[in-house]
Amino acid sequence: MILDKLTIGRADFEAGTGWQLKPEGACKGDVCIPLHPAPGATVDVAKTAAQMGLPLVEDRKHGLWALGPESIGGRALTTAEAPDLRLPDLDGNEFRLSSLRGQKVLVYAWAPY
Amino acid sequence: MWQALRNELHPKGFELVTVGLDTLGAEGCRPFIEAAKPEHPSLIDAHHVMAELFGVINIPQSVWIDEQGMIVRPAETAPAPPTRPRQSRIAGNADLPQRFVEIMQEAVKIPNDAEDYHAALRDWVAHGAASRFALSPEQVIARSRPRDEAVARGHAHFELASELERRGHHDAAIGHFREAHRLVPDSWTFRRQAWSLEGGIDGPLARFWQGPPPDDPERWPYEGDWLSDVRAVGAENYNERWRP
Repeated sequence: MILDKLTIGRADFEAGTGWQLKPEGACKGDVCIPLHPAPGATVDVAKTAAQMGLPLVEDRKHGLWALGPESIGGRALTTAEAPDLRLPDLDGNEFRLSSLRGQKVLVYAWAPY
Repeated sequence: MWQALRNELHPKGFELVTVGLDTLGAEGCRPFIEAAKPEHPSLIDAHHVMAELFGVINIPQSVWIDEQGMIVRPAETAPAPPTRPRQSRIAGNADLPQRFVEIMQEAVKIPNDAEDYHAALRDWVAHGAASRFALSPEQVIARSRPRDEAVARGHAHFELASELERRGHHDAAIGHFREAHRLVPDSWTFRRQAWSLEGGIDGPLARFWQGPPPDDPERWPYEGDWLSDVRAVGAENYNERWRP
């Protein structure tokens, strides 16, 4: 996720990383990473990223950071539970993959180049 | 072709979601989507979250997800539905620059497992969890791309590069694209995306040039380019072969 500050709201952190913040730590599927102290309403991104092993990359000149994905399992997928992919369509309307629950879905990646 | 397949399988509880991976966002994808007139969800992925979330490293690749929201096949090469007879992809190239002729000569050597892949897809749509092509959660995780800390860091550099490019900081983006290429050397999409933003020639094919500009090759800011990299690895290895 892209950041222009390193203290953000809990919901933004969860939406941006796909990790839910629970009393037992940051959780995705049935995997949880303990966090100390337990997160409150706001998240110290640098500290939390370090505890979770998420890379944080900076472009100082433009005041931007990118918080990368986890690698704790050594694989792109930490769980087989599908992430709730949220992306806009051509008109900018957000689509959520979870809206198709109950159907079989093939998600097809293509590119115009 | 995908649209026809989707319309055939849709009444059987199947949906297709297409995701265009492009830093240029809707502007880059629009002509292709408008020409295809999709009836299924068709999304724009400016920062390649498909790479981060599913381990997509090339296009076209697909992920299968069942009715309960469980991934049953991780990102893998997804050829277009087979057509008979297979049309030659080199057609009417008399006016094309030599580089495009050579690119297409390599492209036709890329293996295509369309028949096996689409037979498997139909089997899964018909039989669901009982299909032998629906993998267990453990298999799905094990078959997803390897990712260590360096690869994860490469994803962060790519996202930062993409954001800088979108904000108009093209020169700043290049350094982060290069880091992404170094840290995630098996991602063709990370390379092709960056190459496609450089131009090289004018006109509608500019984004496909993906190599040093003929008038000023020294200006090219990347180690590789499409033609050199495909030749180095061998077109037959461009996509991982599909396996049941």
